[in-house]
Amino acid sequence: MAKLKIAKYWADGCGGCDVSLLDTDAKILEVAAIADIVFWPIAVDGKYSDLEAAKPGEIDITFFNGAIHTAEHEHIAQLMREKSKIMVAYGSCACMGGIPSLANTTDRESIFETVYHLAPSNDNPRGVEPQTRTKVPEGVLSLPMLYERVKRLDECVEVDYYLPGCPPFYKRVADVIDVIASGKLPPKGSVVGAKDKALCEECPRERHEKKVKEFKRPQFAQDDGKTCLLEQGIVCVGVATRGGCEARCINANMPCRGCYGLLPEAMDQGASALSAVASIIDSNDPKEIEKVVNQIADPLGTFYRFGLPQQRVRI
Amino acid sequence: MAKITKKPDKEKIGVFLCHCGTNIAGVVDIPALAGYTRDLPGVEMVDEYKFMCSQPGQDLIKDSIKKHKLTKVIVAACSPLMHENTFRKACEEAGLNRYCFIMVNNREHNSWVTEDKALALQKAKDLIRGAVARAFWLEPLEVKEVGVNPNVLILGGGIAGIQAALDLAESGRTVYLVEREQSIGGNMAKFDKTFPTLDCAACILTPKMVSVGQHPNIKLWNYAEVDEVSGFVGNFKVKVRHKATSVNFEKCTGCGICQEKCPVKRPSEFDEGLGNRKAIYTLFAQAVPNKPVIDRVNCTYYIKGKCKVCEKFCEPKAIDFEMKDSVEEIEVGSIILATGFHLWEAGQMPELGMGKYPNVLTSLQFERMSNSSGPTLGKILLKDGREPESVAILHCTGSRDVNYHEYCSRVCCMYALKFAHLIKEKTKAHVYNFYIDMRCFGKGYEEFYHRLLEENVTFIRGKAASVTDRAENESESGKLIVMGEDTLSQKLLRLPVDMVILTNAIEPQLDAQEVARKFKISCAGGGFFLEKHPKLAPVATASDGVFIAGACQSPKDIPDTVAQGQAAASAVFALTQRGKVELEATTAIVDEELCSGCEICLSLCPYQAISHNAEKKISAINDALCKGCGTCAAACPSKAIFARHYTNQQILAELEGVLNERI
Repeated sequence: MAKLKIAKYWADGCGGCDVSLLDTDAKILEVAAIADIVFWPIAVDGKYSDLEAAKPGEIDITFFNGAIHTAEHEHIAQLMREKSKIMVAYGSCACMGGIPSLANTTDRESIFETVYHLAPSNDNPRGVEPQTRTKVPEGVLSLPMLYERVKRLDECVEVDYYLPGCPPFYKRVADVIDVIASGKLPPKGSVVGAKDKALCEECPRERHEKKVKEFKRPQFAQDDGKTCLLEQGIVCVGVATRGGCEARCINANMPCRGCYGLLPEAMDQGASALSAVASIIDSNDPKEIEKVVNQIADPLGTFYRFGLPQQRVRI
Repeated sequence: MAKITKKPDKEKIGVFLCHCGTNIAGVVDIPALAGYTRDLPGVEMVDEYKFMCSQPGQDLIKDSIKKHKLTKVIVAACSPLMHENTFRKACEEAGLNRYCFIMVNNREHNSWVTEDKALALQKAKDLIRGAVARAFWLEPLEVKEVGVNPNVLILGGGIAGIQAALDLAESGRTVYLVEREQSIGGNMAKFDKTFPTLDCAACILTPKMVSVGQHPNIKLWNYAEVDEVSGFVGNFKVKVRHKATSVNFEKCTGCGICQEKCPVKRPSEFDEGLGNRKAIYTLFAQAVPNKPVIDRVNCTYYIKGKCKVCEKFCEPKAIDFEMKDSVEEIEVGSIILATGFHLWEAGQMPELGMGKYPNVLTSLQFERMSNSSGPTLGKILLKDGREPESVAILHCTGSRDVNYHEYCSRVCCMYALKFAHLIKEKTKAHVYNFYIDMRCFGKGYEEFYHRLLEENVTFIRGKAASVTDRAENESESGKLIVMGEDTLSQKLLRLPVDMVILTNAIEPQLDAQEVARKFKISCAGGGFFLEKHPKLAPVATASDGVFIAGACQSPKDIPDTVAQGQAAASAVFALTQRGKVELEATTAIVDEELCSGCEICLSLCPYQAISHNAEKKISAINDALCKGCGTCAAACPSKAIFARHYTNQQILAELEGVLNERI
């Protein structure tokens, strides 16, 4: 079998996804054995012009991480789609928007206002803002446009597989590499490297009927180390999140933040998590319920932390 | 049963548009609606008829199913509460599963509430489009049957419970009659005479009480309460707590010597505080069963550890100070709640002087006073022992009043007339009735009102505002002064009287909400138990197999209460006679492939139908207990639970159909 040609790209993300591929340790050597990396800005020398020169379909698999937030992200996504047989949305940002998509709670103008004018670390006496085109004596400089809204990868190009996680758990990445090596690919559109059941299934903590009188932020709670965090009043969205990560956060005594995304039958991860939380409040008194609900800090960021552009509930 | 995951492309949907006379057709342009519906995807045929629920209407559905080989049927008519069953049966008779039918509410949701005809047509189109979109996703469901246990639990031994118990016992059912007080009889046992016939309450009630006590098919469990109810129609399990009476009823002969000798005196609840009872007591002389219980809160032995006078005098050695509550579990197929009413505490209206002036009485206090076995042996007396020279009866105390109870308590006008008559009969006092309207609606009631008009009773049209003892002149000195307005002569009044009788509002028992929760029924309209339908199912409730009767449903007089007792008995009789019931097929189901075992659903089920399967580490739903309410399906964060007949796909398809012109 000829060696596969693979590419990886980093759009609006933190770089953790690139590291997660390296996290597979020795597995990366297997990747090298079955594939040539033709484009991977963070690890391999290459230019956009190389990508542009490639023939359509020349790249076998592209792992695309990061959300789409600028014209450049979108341009490269389209380019890579054209040149690749298989497009994998790699990590939570590409799959569903991820942390950067929390920017969708505001708009570009406010973001510029904060970043270029209000941030205390700024030194911008002339009040300059980045322009897509700037004339300088040497000619015209251009910068990609920042979009009003952060998009998922599949809002811009067709995506064949989704590999969620922030970042994807290295064991699941290794599983996916094995599948690719075997050539037995699942149906297009599948979520790979994640389970169809919620995280609770692989959570090691003890569960009971849940009745909660008070919600606490993790740093203010006294975790007993063994009981379901939700039962202890710590908002854990594992109930509404795909498993597959082997409960990494829980094993570090932190609640699930939801990076593996919504479950196969669910329509809205935040709404699912919210209905779970609403179901366990141990009170019939509207006033008390209101008090308990108000203890949840930053509900939007808590329930929709990773997937704002993916949800039915749009803001 | 797997759910459909792909929209089936070949459906033959029949749509039937009901005119409902002019109820729908007068507002919605039916021919235009039919024309529109014909072009919707999947619609094989459209027809219309004046009354779809009539026999010809049903035949039209049946014939069309056969002729066009319909796979789904939609009827746009009234509320499903009215005729869903009618049309489901029609479908079934033509060989189509009843769950392949959808009813569109084109009347209550549209024609009755929409004036603009163009908008009404648009709304009808939207609703039908939604139903068509949903129809593609409907699946046939299997209906199962279970047996019905013939035994019956009746909660509450007032006249409603007594009547229901006797009727059912006569039909051969075993009846568990659970009463929390020492004796059955309820509020009616406190009454003196009854309106409008003036026969004595005890004379008509006590024979029935005795029959209850003697009937071989009635297990009379007095001084008992229901702790827990589980199960479903036909198969309830009920845990009944027998409160410790401290008296062994097997041994007790009911001789009464213990009550005579007990040194403790307490205000009698039965006499509404006007008389006393002992710490070991029966409610009244004709109590059934006529065996006393010990009030442990007030008994000297339980307080101080010594006394035991009753034990000393008890010849059959029936006193058992060590007795403990015991819980007994019974199985019954149906339940009647006949828990009666509570008299509103008029202390909430301090301006009427209740509790402040001893000669201001509640209605039940007057009943006890006028009762020949009551604290004054039937004499109408003031606190100082004198006979009153004038009495005012204030109507609508706490009823028909937005500050307290908006509803009319329904019986006060009539018993106020009865009080006036009894006072006239027993004393020389003049009687004044302060009323808003006279509501004398029952058989013989208006005639009774006319009789009172001729008995020289003064009727003042106007609600009394307050009662005071502050005299402004000599004639008011030492009297209670009722202040109010005579709205007919448009004069403000100060009326000095010796006695004031209130007509306290009838309200639900204080623990009605708790009881409702226990039996999975609802409260509405002032907190009374909610019937399934006010006209067409007045004694049934939203919980199948649980019926209600009497004043727990709303304020009622004795004839209506007895009628409801009999109605509930006949409903139970019909249910048990048939011997089996269909289980709701629209239950919830857990997809084992998706359930993560998070256990969110466990505490949500109002019917305790969900359990945790420890082996598979997932949730499991008991089909027989599930009522298909959908709570768990909505809450399940994995959407691993779905409600049959209301799957996400079905609901979303309908929503999309309603909202989207193109389906």
